Amino acid sequence: MSGVLSAHVCKEIDRWVERFPEGKQRSAVISALHAVQHENGGYLTAELLNAVAEYLNLPTIHVYEVATFYSMFQTKPVGRHNVAICTNISCMLRGADDIVDHVEAKLGIKVGESTDDGRIYLKQEEECLAACCGAPMMMVDHKYHEDLTKESVDEILDALE
Amino acid sequence: MEQNLVCFNTFGEKEPWTLATYEKLDGYKAWRKILSGKMTPEQIIDEVKGSGLRGRGGAGFPTGLKWSFMPRNAEGQRYLVCNSDESEPGTCHDREILRNNPHCLIEGMAIAAYAMGATVAYNYIRGEFMDEPVPRFEAALKEAYDAGLLGENIQKSGIDFDLYTFVGAGAYICGEETALLESLEGKQGKPRFKPPFPASYGLYGKPTTINNTQSIASVPAIIRNGGIWFAALGPEGSGGTAEFSVSGHVEKPGNHELPMGIPFTELLDLCGGVLGGRKLKAVIPGGSSVKVLPADIIMGCTMDYVSLQNAGSSFGTGAVIVMDETTCMVKVLRRIARFYMAESCGQCTPCREGTGWLYRMLTRITEGDGQLEDLDKLVDVANKIEGHTICALGDAAAWPVQSFLNHYFHEFEYMVKNDGRSIVNNIEEVAA
Repeated sequence: MSGVLSAHVCKEIDRWVERFPEGKQRSAVISALHAVQHENGGYLTAELLNAVAEYLNLPTIHVYEVATFYSMFQTKPVGRHNVAICTNISCMLRGADDIVDHVEAKLGIKVGESTDDGRIYLKQEEECLAACCGAPMMMVDHKYHEDLTKESVDEILDALE
Repeated sequence: MEQNLVCFNTFGEKEPWTLATYEKLDGYKAWRKILSGKMTPEQIIDEVKGSGLRGRGGAGFPTGLKWSFMPRNAEGQRYLVCNSDESEPGTCHDREILRNNPHCLIEGMAIAAYAMGATVAYNYIRGEFMDEPVPRFEAALKEAYDAGLLGENIQKSGIDFDLYTFVGAGAYICGEETALLESLEGKQGKPRFKPPFPASYGLYGKPTTINNTQSIASVPAIIRNGGIWFAALGPEGSGGTAEFSVSGHVEKPGNHELPMGIPFTELLDLCGGVLGGRKLKAVIPGGSSVKVLPADIIMGCTMDYVSLQNAGSSFGTGAVIVMDETTCMVKVLRRIARFYMAESCGQCTPCREGTGWLYRMLTRITEGDGQLEDLDKLVDVANKIEGHTICALGDAAAWPVQSFLNHYFHEFEYMVKNDGRSIVNNIEEVAA
C-alpha cells in the first residue's frame, strides 16, 4: 500500500475497482482521482497522481492523461471551496454574466483565480451543468444552487468558511 | 393534456424516489412478469420496436432496432450502458429522472439488459451530479438489490443482472457513446472511429449497447402498457411522450413530460409565455447542437421529430431554449461557439482548429473588430468542420453557426458595420 494515499482513499478506490472485471482496474482511475482530490482540498499533485498509478498498478501516463482531460480535476493548487458559475446559453439568457461580474467584484478575483486567503476558487467559465430550468445557477463544492440572485449568491458565498 | 405518464410517473408523490412509491404505481410489474418467464427477449424487442421509441439523447435512432443489433446468442460477456452524462446545453430532464424516479431507470435497464442478453450494466452519470443524483440512484439501487430484484439468479428465474454506477468527471464529449465507453474504461473521452460499432466491439471490446437515460426509463411503461399504447401517445414517426426542458426567456422555466407532437404554442403557454410579456424572437428547439428557428417558424411547429425536421431543425434532446426580442443573436452564437471550442476533444483537426476559429472570429465581431468577409468565413469554416470529423460534435459546432447566419445575417452585418454595437441595443434606444 502506498504511503501517500490515506487508508480511507485506498478503501474508496477498492470499492470502485470491485465494480469492474478482473484486470480492468483502469476503469477506476476517474473515481480514484475524485477521492484523492477531495481529500487533498480540491486539487491534485504529481505525487498523488503517481501514487494512484502505483496503487492501481498502471503506467503513470494513464493517470496523468485523465487528470488533465476532465474539467473537474484541478492540477494546480486552488482555493478550498470550488465555485463554478454556469454561463452557458440558458443561464446567460437569465443573467449569468451579471452574476459572474458580481462575484468577481465581491471576491476581487477573476474567473480561474483563487482568493488570497485560499478560501474560494472561482472556476474558469463553467459549461452547462444540466439545471437549465433553474437558471442562473452555480455549483459550490458539488452542490447545486439554482435561481440565483445577487443576494442569494452573497449568502451562499459568505457562509463558506 | 395529460402529463407525467411515463418517466415522470412518480412526480408529485411524497418521496417519489423510493421503491415503495414506485411499486405503488405498478413499478417493477414489467420486470416481475419477465422474471416469471412470461416474456421472451424477442417479445420485448418487438414491443419496443412497435412503440416507436427513438433515442432521446439527441440522435433519435429507433431504440428497438438498436437493441436488435446486439449479437444476443454469441459467446461471452455483453454489456448495457446507460448514458446519464446529460450535458447538452439546455437539457436537464435526466437529472430529474435520476433524482426523482431512479427505480424507473433501474427497471428499464434490467429489462433492456435481459432483452439483449447482457448480464452486467453500468450507468454512466456525469461527475457534476455526484452530490444529489448519484446518491439517489445508488440508494435506489441498494433498495432494488435488497428487494431481490437484481443480482444472481433473480427470484430463481435463472436471470442474472448486475448494475453498477459510474461517475464521470466533466467532459461534454463523453455523451458521445464511444467517448463514453473510453471514459468508462478509464481513458480520455475521445470518440472511437466507427465501424466497428459498439454492438460488436464496445466496452472492453465486448458487444455493448448504449442508451440514453430517458430512452431506458421509457421502457417499463412500454412493457407494462404495450408498444401500441406508447406509440399512440404521439404522432406518426414520434411515438410516446418526451421530456421537454424549457429554459431561457419564459415566465416559468421547467421540465414537462408531455406527449410528442404537442404544438409549440401550447408548450409555451404551459411555461407562462414569454418572459415579461415580451415578443418571441427565436427558439433552439432541441439543445444547443440543433439549428435555431425564428419565432414565425417555431410558432407553427409541433414538438416532434417530423415537424421540427421539416422546419429545418431537429428534435434533439427536447431542450427548448426560448429567446425574446431583447436577445442579441451574435452574442448567443459566440457563447455557443465557445462551448464547442472548450469541449472539442482535440482529436480531429477540423473540429479542434475550426471551433477555435469560429469563437475567435465571433469574439472579434462582438469587440468591434469584425470585417464583412468574416461572415462568409464563419460559414466557410463551419462547412469545413461539418461531416469531416470522427464524431458528431463537429457537426454540432457547425449547425448553430450556419443557422444563426442564415436567419439573422442582418444582425451580424449590423454589428460589423457599427463597431460591435448590437442591433438589439439600437431597437431599445429607438423604442425609448
